Amino acid sequence: MKKVTILLVLLFTCFALQAQKIFATKTGQIKFNASSPLEKIEAVNNQVDSKMVDKTGQIVFSVLIKSFRFENQLMEDHFNENYLETSKIPKADFKGFISNITTVDFSKEGRYQIELNGTLTIHGVSQKVSTTGTLTIVGSKPTITGIFKIKIKDYGITGLYIGDKIASEAEINVKCEYQ
Amino acid sequence: MRIPMINLYKKQSGYLLLIIILITSLQLVSFVAKAQTVDLFKMQDEQDKKDKKEKTDITTSIFKTTRLVNGQTIENTGSGILDVKISHRFGTVNTGPYNFFGLDQGTMRIGLDYGITNRLEVGIGRSNYNKEFDGFFKYRILRQSTGKVEMPISISFAPTAIWRSLKDQPETYPIHTSDHFYFSNQLLLARKFNDYISIQLVPTMVHYNITPTTAIHNDFYSMGLGLRERLSKRLNFTAEYYYQLNKYPGYNNSLSLGLDIETGGHVFQLFFTNSTGINESSFITQTEGQWDKGYIRFGFNISRVFTLVKHNQSTTW
Repeated sequence: MKKVTILLVLLFTCFALQAQKIFATKTGQIKFNASSPLEKIEAVNNQVDSKMVDKTGQIVFSVLIKSFRFENQLMEDHFNENYLETSKIPKADFKGFISNITTVDFSKEGRYQIELNGTLTIHGVSQKVSTTGTLTIVGSKPTITGIFKIKIKDYGITGLYIGDKIASEAEINVKCEYQ
Repeated sequence: MRIPMINLYKKQSGYLLLIIILITSLQLVSFVAKAQTVDLFKMQDEQDKKDKKEKTDITTSIFKTTRLVNGQTIENTGSGILDVKISHRFGTVNTGPYNFFGLDQGTMRIGLDYGITNRLEVGIGRSNYNKEFDGFFKYRILRQSTGKVEMPISISFAPTAIWRSLKDQPETYPIHTSDHFYFSNQLLLARKFNDYISIQLVPTMVHYNITPTTAIHNDFYSMGLGLRERLSKRLNFTAEYYYQLNKYPGYNNSLSLGLDIETGGHVFQLFFTNSTGINESSFITQTEGQWDKGYIRFGFNISRVFTLVKHNQSTTW
C-alpha cells in the first residue's frame, strides 16, 4: 500500500512538471493617453503580441508602434515620425515575470491581483518597471489587465510640446485575452 | 494456499517496483525537459527577426500634407477626416513699398478635402482667381513599403474638374456652359528616400474645353517635380516645379519654394511662387510671373483637420 502511495505521489509530481503551458495572443490591446488640457492625445493598438508561461510567470508583450491608431491622422504621422521614430525603431516590448504567479490557480475561475516586474523598452530605451495588474480566469482562459504610467522623457522621446500640449506622463492601459 | 499468495504479492511488488523505476525515469526525462524550459524572451527575439521579413511596413509621411505648394502631393487625408484648407497668395513682390511688397493684394482659395477611405480622398474648392470652382478626387494605386512586400514608389491618380464662373466678355462666337470647363489628370509618382528627402514626379495633362484660337491645342502636357527636404523635426523645405511641354502663349512654368511648419494637429506652409491661381489649370498653364524679374508672390496655406468619423477606437474598457 505504501508503494502504491509513493507511486501516486510520483505520478502527480511527474504531471505537475510536465504541465507547463504557454498562453498567447496576437490581438491584445494597449491604449495610451498623453492628453493635456490643450489637446486630446489618445491611441489604441489592437495587435499586441503577448505570451505567458503559467508555471514560471514569465511574460512578454510586443507591439508594433505603427499599429497605434489615433483619431487624427496627422497626429499619428507626427507620433511615428517625430516622437517614436518608428522607421528606425519599429517595436516596443516588455519582458518580465509575474512575481506572485504561484498564487494563481489556472484551473479555477476567479480574479487575482498580480505583480509584474520587468524591463520595458520603448524608443530603444530600456527601463525597469514594476506594476500591478489583474489576472482573471474565465473558462480556463486568462485575461490580464493593467494600468500604469510612464514618464515620456525617460525613454529618450523629445519634443517641444512634451509637458505642454502633450502630457509629460503617459497612461498606459493593457488588456490581453489569452488563448 | 499461503505460498502462492506470497508469490503473488511478491510478483505484484515486483511490478510496482518496475513501474516506480519507469516513472522515476520519466520524471528524469521531464526534469531534463524542464531544464530546457521555454524562454519567452528568446522566443520573442526570434519572432522580432522573423517579423522584419514577414511583415509589410508601409512608408508614411512621404510629404507632410496633401499639397506641396499649389499642386497635389502623394499624401491623402485619412479616412473620416475633413481638412479645411485656406490658401492665400499676396500681390507681386516687385510692386515695391507703395504696395507693401504685394501684401496689399491677394488671391485665395478655400477648400474642403475629405478622406472617404485611406486610399480615396475627395475635395472641392473655390478660388477668387477667375471665380473658379474645382472638384477632385485622389486615389492611391500603390503604396511604398518595405518588409514582405518591397515597393519602391507610391503611385496615386488625381483628376480635377474646374469650372470658371467669371462672366464672359462679349465675343463674336456663341459661348456654351461647357466652354467654362477645364480638366486635369495627374499621375503622382513619389518616393521617400530616407527621413530627410522625398521626391515626386507628376506627369500632368490639362485640357481646356475651349481655347481662343484653333492654333492653340486644347491639351497641355507638363511634368511636375516636387521635393521635400527635412531641415528639423518640425521644419521642411519644399520645392515645386512644373515643366510645360507645350505652353499656352504668354505664360511661364510654375516654380515655388517654401517651408512646411508642423504645429501639433496642423501644417502651416509659407512660400514664394510665381503663380497666381491655385487650382491645376490656373497654376500649371496660366502662370504669369517670372522669378528673375521679381514677379513673384508671397503666400501661405493653412490646413486644419477635423475628425468626422471615428474608427478603430474601442474605448469600452
